[in-house]
Amino acid sequence: MKARVLVDVVVHVVIALAIVFALYPVLWVVALAFSPGVTPEARALPVPDGFSLEHFTAVLGRTDDAGHWVFGSQLASSGIISVFTALVAIVIATPAAYGLSRFDFVGKRASLAAMLATQMFPGVAASVPLYLLLDALDLLDTRTGLILVYATTAVPFAIFQLRGAFDAIPKELEEAAMVDGATRLVAFVRVVLPAARPAIAVTALFAFIQAWNEFALAATFLTREDLYTLPILLQSYASEHDANLGHFAAGAILVSVPVMALFYFLERELVTGLTEGGVKG
Amino acid sequence: MTRRALAPALALALALALALAPSLAHAQTVVVWHAYGEHEAAGLTAAAHAWEAEHPGAHVDLVASPFGAYASRLRTAVPTGHGPDLFIDAHNRLATYVSERIVVPFGDADTSDFDDEVVRALELEDEQHARQLWGAPLSVKCLVLFVWDDLAGGPLVDLESIAARRTQLPEDTVPLVWELGSSYATAGMFHAYGSALLDADGAFVADDDAGRAALTEIARLETDGVVPPETTNDLVRDLFRAHRAMAAVSGPWLVLDLADQTGWHVQPLPRVQAAHDAPIVPYATIEAAMIPARAHEPELARSLATFLASRAGSVLRAREGGHVVASRSAWTDPALAGDRTLLGFHEAASTALPMPSHPHMDVVFGPMDRALHNVLRGDATPAGALEQAAHRFADETRPAPAPRDPTIAIVFVSSTLVLVLLLALSRLRNPELRAAMVRSMPAYAWVSHAFLAVLALVVVPLVVGAGTSFFAGHPDLHYVGLANYEDILTNRGGGLFDHGSFWLVLPVTVLWTVVNVSLHIALGVGLALLLHRPTVKLRTFARVLLVVPWAVPSYVTALAWRGMFHRQLGAINAILALFGVEPVSWFAQFSTAFAANVTTNVWLGFPFMMVVTLGALTSIPKDLYEAADLDGATAMQKLTRITLPMLAPALLPAVAMGAVWTFNMFNVVFLVSAGEPDGTTEILVSEAYRWAFTRGHQIGYAAAYSVLIFVILVGLTRLLPRERARSAT
Repeated sequence: MKARVLVDVVVHVVIALAIVFALYPVLWVVALAFSPGVTPEARALPVPDGFSLEHFTAVLGRTDDAGHWVFGSQLASSGIISVFTALVAIVIATPAAYGLSRFDFVGKRASLAAMLATQMFPGVAASVPLYLLLDALDLLDTRTGLILVYATTAVPFAIFQLRGAFDAIPKELEEAAMVDGATRLVAFVRVVLPAARPAIAVTALFAFIQAWNEFALAATFLTREDLYTLPILLQSYASEHDANLGHFAAGAILVSVPVMALFYFLERELVTGLTEGGVKG
Repeated sequence: MTRRALAPALALALALALALAPSLAHAQTVVVWHAYGEHEAAGLTAAAHAWEAEHPGAHVDLVASPFGAYASRLRTAVPTGHGPDLFIDAHNRLATYVSERIVVPFGDADTSDFDDEVVRALELEDEQHARQLWGAPLSVKCLVLFVWDDLAGGPLVDLESIAARRTQLPEDTVPLVWELGSSYATAGMFHAYGSALLDADGAFVADDDAGRAALTEIARLETDGVVPPETTNDLVRDLFRAHRAMAAVSGPWLVLDLADQTGWHVQPLPRVQAAHDAPIVPYATIEAAMIPARAHEPELARSLATFLASRAGSVLRAREGGHVVASRSAWTDPALAGDRTLLGFHEAASTALPMPSHPHMDVVFGPMDRALHNVLRGDATPAGALEQAAHRFADETRPAPAPRDPTIAIVFVSSTLVLVLLLALSRLRNPELRAAMVRSMPAYAWVSHAFLAVLALVVVPLVVGAGTSFFAGHPDLHYVGLANYEDILTNRGGGLFDHGSFWLVLPVTVLWTVVNVSLHIALGVGLALLLHRPTVKLRTFARVLLVVPWAVPSYVTALAWRGMFHRQLGAINAILALFGVEPVSWFAQFSTAFAANVTTNVWLGFPFMMVVTLGALTSIPKDLYEAADLDGATAMQKLTRITLPMLAPALLPAVAMGAVWTFNMFNVVFLVSAGEPDGTTEILVSEAYRWAFTRGHQIGYAAAYSVLIFVILVGLTRLLPRERARSAT
């Protein structure tokens, strides 16, 4: 019994240390965001230098030339793009991952290899062809264009992730449903999808975060300020010579809050998936 | 038409008219792109409003573009007709824009209100070698000396008198802060000694006696304690702002950070007694309004640009946005003549040297920054560093490989295609395969849409991009066969294990990947297993906190990490100091710089591994453990016999992907070590990006790098036994 208590203590200490490691750099960003000034002093503890909300009010209250609320419109733009990226990626990837998990077919290995290959190719020379492609489809300067690009970029990884999850779900589950007269599609929707919910949630979260934080493509494909996403706003505070690090830090925190919230809610989803899903099905 | 139908018809017509009205107004819109921050943009907005008031019906749409993506955005948007009507940029990029046909001649303009050098900087030859004016001059920016009046106690005329104040200053106050590692910031020293970075023809000329003398003097500023070591742009701002530096070499952007303080002034950069009392002459950049090719409203744009550059427009820009305007007559305005700071900038700007407008200007800063860093770190002599810089400059500006005859390639590619097609057709004749394909039909219904989408939007752009690796030349590409690959693999004629060689960067990249992925797995899986224990308190809370590194955008936290590794101001050294460790110069040697990069990347990547593991843990059936308990298995046995084997299938794809992503993770290398020291911590993909964006836009060369990376990764994953095992199932 004593050994157990000791193990518990060690486990909690290790987790606490990991949390300190995870939070420490972020706390510097937080300290910077709340500091009215900067004290050039090497410090071990990330404490703000005074307390002020000026950076937050400046970032949140920024209006453009025509008096539109900049942060609001960019938050909306980022939200729409990221949510639809996650949705489109999941809708595309889930059936494909299921097909790859349950069927053997001609070209399966080649197509899996091709999916993996897309992840290996650095995109350094691909942005110009992609730009021309979106131009041809008349999707430049639209959210749809960016959503399609983000979602398809996220699909290969999502397929691998979900295929692993489907592999872990016993075939007997849907076979039982199909014996009872359900078609494969019905069995997939009614039986397999609920069992794979945690994996789908993690995969969707991943696509969401990728779209939420992406800067380079958004900055190239969107040239209308009302379509800008939050990373573009954030970068405007970190330009080479006209930098405002306090604003930048405050903006970074504002940008991160929705992702944190989302993870918090998906975390519950994971826990319910734990009790409902699994083999019990 | 009956009377009853008339009302809806009228309503329809009205609705149509209303719907068309905005598009009519749209026809008169002038779209202006700029990369200004908020404050400078306010000046531009004020002037644009004044112009709108004079031009009823015309509307100015100011679009702030992020600085980092500005040039690449112009490059892609203008040639396809999606560009603005007017854009504001510095004159030193003009030569590149002219050669890429991004900008059109501004046309005749009255330039009597501007200094000759300013106008000359905007005049370049067009393709017919006729001299043209390419923009309306708006502002002139250059470095100045910021001085705290109380600390200086008197005029600071030369570097020597600044150095002499050192003994009279309070203990934690330095005489001067100056980003000595930046060749833009120190170019003025080369000019003071009679050298320069580039001559007017774009040749590298800093490696002469005068250049060596200048570099020696720059290094001495640091060794003599006049300028603190490893002074960055941030340190300049922070120390001066905190009144802990008597003087600072910086630009107009520092004013915003000093807005709430008084007691400082700006003056031109000091003289150098050691250089025959010559002044330090900084580079001037002239911001101009330029008209891009394929503008929709070039005439209105010209009118707007002319107004922005005029006296009236300039006064507004200076007053509202602090622009150091190029218009001479604007400075007679009482509002400007009374602004001591603006006048100080104006005085400095009038003696500064406009940067040579040559495409090589973009390239020269990279090799020169490295030379400065190497000398300041004591790793090289000024002569050696400049010789190396000259060599690198020559390497990065080398002419494109000669065009080659594409016939062989065309024959080869088309015959391969025909061969593949024939092979496919003959296999299709095989009845077994046909039967198999028919059996595969239900599976295709599940997967084909995903493959088509990925093919169209991911594979095709990548393949087309890879195709550019057979081309070179700027701005017009020509076919060069395998020349780019030959150049990379032979290190462009240099020694195979010389600096920056592919064969030297490759092992660093492999080491980088192995170390990172091992730590990701160890930390991510370990923490997930701990968190999965039912006895852990506040599990959800802990999980959410542990995922924070993933939630905050990586370009923000990578910069935070870079700051934490700073020698003087960094938190890491402050923590080490608590244990009595001397401050470490993290980016001065490979081992510590590499460790800094790895720490950042492990921090960024472990939450992903943890979340994937947590997800996988939830799908392990509980009865397995119950059965093991019945058999009296120990905790260790349950871990190695049940948990880890059950985790493996779900983790393997994540590990494989993680390895590939880490191999291609250029963000951290760019933002944390920036390749320091001397490019040794660069990985293959960051080299590729440098060739594409800072080393003369050698896009074909960068594409060849990315194809090589791809080939290496494919090769490495083939080595993994598990892929074969998996695909066999």
